[in-house]
Amino acid sequence: MGSIRDKVAIVGMGCTKFGELWDKGIEDLVVDSCYEAIEDAGIEPKDIQAAWYASRESGFTGAHLARALKTQYIPVSRVENFCAGGQDVLRNACYGVASGVFDIVLACGVEKTKDHHGGFGLFIQEPLDRGMTEWDIPPASQFGQYGTRYFYHYKDDYNWDFEGFKKMLAIINVKNHDNGLLTPKAHLHRKITVEDVLKARIISWPYTLYDACGMSDGGAAAIVTTPEIAKTLRDDYILVKGQGVATGAGQSTMQQEFDFLSFPENVAAANAAYKEAGIKNPREEISMAELHDCFSTTELITIEDLGFSERGKAPEDIEAGRYLLSGAQPINTDGGLKCFGHPLSASGLRMTYEVYKQLQGRVDNPERQLKNPKLGLIHNVGGNVGIHVSAVSIFGLP
Amino acid sequence: MVGITSFGAYVPLFRLDRKVIGGRGEKAICSFDEDSVTMAVEAVSDCLKGRDRNSVEAIYFGTTSAPYREHSSATTIAMASDFREQTYTAEFGNCLRAGTAALKAGFDSVMAGSTRSAMVVASDCRLGHPGSMEEKNLGDGAAAILLGDKDAAVTLEGSFHVYNEIIDVWRSHHDRYVRSWESRFAVEQGYLPSMGKAIRGLMERYGFKPDDFDRVCLYSPDGRRGVKLSKSLGFDVEKQLQDPLIDSIGDTGAASVLMGLVAALEQSSKGELILCAGYGNGADAFAFKVNGNIEKARENSMGIGGHSGSRRVVDDYMRYLRWRGIIPIEKAAGPHAAYSAVAAKREYDRTVSLHGSRCLSCGYVQYPPQRVCTKCRERDCMEQYSFIGRKGRIFTYNLDYITPRAEIPVVTTEVDFEGGGRIQSYMTEADSENITVGMPVEMTFRRYSPWDEITDREGVCTYFWESKPVR
Repeated sequence: MGSIRDKVAIVGMGCTKFGELWDKGIEDLVVDSCYEAIEDAGIEPKDIQAAWYASRESGFTGAHLARALKTQYIPVSRVENFCAGGQDVLRNACYGVASGVFDIVLACGVEKTKDHHGGFGLFIQEPLDRGMTEWDIPPASQFGQYGTRYFYHYKDDYNWDFEGFKKMLAIINVKNHDNGLLTPKAHLHRKITVEDVLKARIISWPYTLYDACGMSDGGAAAIVTTPEIAKTLRDDYILVKGQGVATGAGQSTMQQEFDFLSFPENVAAANAAYKEAGIKNPREEISMAELHDCFSTTELITIEDLGFSERGKAPEDIEAGRYLLSGAQPINTDGGLKCFGHPLSASGLRMTYEVYKQLQGRVDNPERQLKNPKLGLIHNVGGNVGIHVSAVSIFGLP
Repeated sequence: MVGITSFGAYVPLFRLDRKVIGGRGEKAICSFDEDSVTMAVEAVSDCLKGRDRNSVEAIYFGTTSAPYREHSSATTIAMASDFREQTYTAEFGNCLRAGTAALKAGFDSVMAGSTRSAMVVASDCRLGHPGSMEEKNLGDGAAAILLGDKDAAVTLEGSFHVYNEIIDVWRSHHDRYVRSWESRFAVEQGYLPSMGKAIRGLMERYGFKPDDFDRVCLYSPDGRRGVKLSKSLGFDVEKQLQDPLIDSIGDTGAASVLMGLVAALEQSSKGELILCAGYGNGADAFAFKVNGNIEKARENSMGIGGHSGSRRVVDDYMRYLRWRGIIPIEKAAGPHAAYSAVAAKREYDRTVSLHGSRCLSCGYVQYPPQRVCTKCRERDCMEQYSFIGRKGRIFTYNLDYITPRAEIPVVTTEVDFEGGGRIQSYMTEADSENITVGMPVEMTFRRYSPWDEITDREGVCTYFWESKPVR
C-alpha cells in the first residue's frame, strides 16, 4: 500500500456562515463556499479540472455543483458517507491529485438540512424491505447507549452519581460554547455555564439539551493541488499528512464482546491516519483537533479512541482543562458541531477550514488563534451502533 | 371618476357535453390542473393586459371553492400576478355572494379614497354529485374587474343588500359536493324573495324604474329562475335580461354575477344603466352607469366573448370524473419527492412569479434565476427578469405515454421566449395531434398536484407555470 503523506496540498478554502439559512439554497452554499476557496487559492474557476460534491440530502448528483458554478464539462462526482461525507469528499479529491491525473481539483460539501421538517432529516430512510429497528432509532438514542455504558463502567472509579457524570460532560459543552463565541461563522453564539447544563432537561439519557448539537445549513470547500503547484500560489499552503476512513460491519451490535466504551471504527480510522502520517504519540504530536461532538459523550470517547487520553482517563484530562482553548491540546477551537450545527456533508470540510486557518495563523478572530500549531487533526463519526463510518485526517505545514 | 377602469374574464377551454349527463347544451369545466386560484390568475391577467400591474394596491378575491380552508388564495393570486409586496390581499368565501362581497369591498375602498386601484376577482369550480341536478347546472369560470380612482368607465350609482338565513344550497366542511334542499323551497323561500327585495329596495332607494335599466344581469342557478324573477320585477326578458350563460358555461357560483357584468360591459355603450344582482343567503343588488371611457376600458382583454371563441368538447364522462379525482388515477410507483415548505418559499419568485434573471454583464436572459451567468460565468451580476405575459415558441417537445397523470400523453416542451430565455415545462391543453416545433405558446399558471393529491403531499397544493397553445 502507498501513502498520501505530503503528496497533496490544500491551497484555498471557503466556508459559509452556518445556521438556519432559509434564504439560501444549494446554489448559494456552493457558490459562496467555492468562490471563497477559489479566491483564497488565487486561481480562476476555469483552472479546476475535476470536482467532488458531498451531500447527504441536498442533491443526488454532482450536477448540483456543476450547475451552480457553471463548470465547463469537467468530471463532477457526488460523494456521500453519513457524517464522514465532508472528509470523504476531500479524500477523493486528494486521491484525484495524488494519482497524478489531475493538477487542481475542488472538494465541496453542502447540506440544506433545515429545508426538511425542522432539520430532522436524520431519520435514515432505508428501503422498506428491511424493517429492522436499527435504522429507525434516532441518533441521540444510538449514541446515547455509549454514554450509558461509560457511566456504568467508570462510575465507581470516579465516584460518580449521575450529577457528577453530567458535570464532567458539561465541561465539554461549556468549552465548545465558549469557543463558539469567538467564531463569527458559527451558528450559535451563546454563553452557557455548568449550572445551565445541570439544570437543563434530559432529551435522551444521558443527554441534556446542551449535550447535543443542533441541525443547521452550511457549506464548505477546498482547492486541492500538488505541493509543486501550491508553492507557486502561496507559502502557507497545508499538506495532507494522513487520511483514514473505517466503516463498521455490524460487529458491535452482534457480538457480546463489544463494550460500548469505544468506537472501533474511530480506532481503525485513527490508526490508518497515524500510520500514514508517521505519528507515534498522538497525545504529544497533535497540536489541535476538531472532533465530532454530535453529543458530548462522542467527544469524550473519541478523545480516548484517538489516543489523546489513555483508555478510561479522559475525564481526568477534561477536568484538568487539557482540551480547553488555553490547554495543552485544544479540541474544537471553533466551537465544534455544538456551535456550528451539523450539516452532514459540510462538517468535515468546516473542520478542515478551522485547522487550515489555525495552521496558517489566519483565523478570522485572533482571540482564538493558537500559537504555532504544527499538526491539526479532524475527526468525524456517523452512522449507527455497529455500522459507524469514522474518518480521521491529519494536516500540517510544509 | 371613480369606478371600473378595466375588466377581464376566464372561461376554461374545455366543455362537458351535457348529453353525457342527461342534460342540454354544454358546461365549462376546468381542467384537472386548474382550480379557483389558477382561473383567477388568468382572469386578472386578462384584465391587466396592456396595463401597469405595479399600480394595483389591493386584491379582493371571492370564491366558494378555495383550495385551502386556511391559507390565503388571494396571496397566491397576487404572487402569480407579480403584484408588489405591499398589496392588500383579502378574500371572501363560504357564500355564493363572495364575488359580490369582493366587488362591494373594492368599490367601498376606492370610493372612500383608501385605495387608488383595486383588483376584484371572483372564481368558482363547484362540484355537483354525480348524477345530480347540480352536476348538470354547475360550471367553472372567473372574472376580474379593476377599480380605479380616475377615468373610470363605469360608476356605481347605488346598491342594496338583504340577508336571508336559510338552508337552501349549502356545503358543510365534510362535503365535497354542493347540497340543495327541494328546489321549490329554495326558489320560493330563498332566491325569489331575497333577489326581489334587494332589487326593489335598490330601485326604491335611488328612484329607478324597471325600464330605466338597459341591461339586467341576474344570478340564476338554472335557465329558468332568472326569467321568472325578471318577469316578476317588470323587466323585459327579451330586451333587458342578459344571458346568464347557463347553457354555454353553467352556474359559476360566486363568479357568476361578475362574469355576467363583464359580458354585459363587453357589449355596452356610453350612457347605459346596468343592474346586477347576486344571490347567496341573501342578495346584493348594484346599479352601474357606463360612460364614454368604456371603449378604452374594453381594450386588450379577451373577456367572456374572447374566451368563448375557443372551446374543446369533452364527451367522455369518465375523463371528467378522473379530472375531478372522483375516480382515482393510478399513481406512479416508487418514492415521491419530499415536499419542503422552506425550499418552496425560497423559490416562489421563480415558480409562482415566473422570474428569471438577466445578466448585467452580457445581457443573457436565463430561467431560473442564476448566481453565475450561464453564458459568461460572471458571478452575482444579475437583474430580475419577468417572464409573465411573454410570448414563446416551442423549440422541441416530447409526448410521454407511460407516466401516469390525468391526461396522457404527458407533454414536455422547451419554450424559447421573445426577448430571450428558454424554459422547460409541461404543456397543458395540448392537442397532441397538433403540436409542432415553432408553434406559438403562452405560459399559464396551473396546479401541479392534481385534485386528489392534496391529502397525500402534506396537504398542500403545488403550483407551477406550464406552456399552453395560444387561444
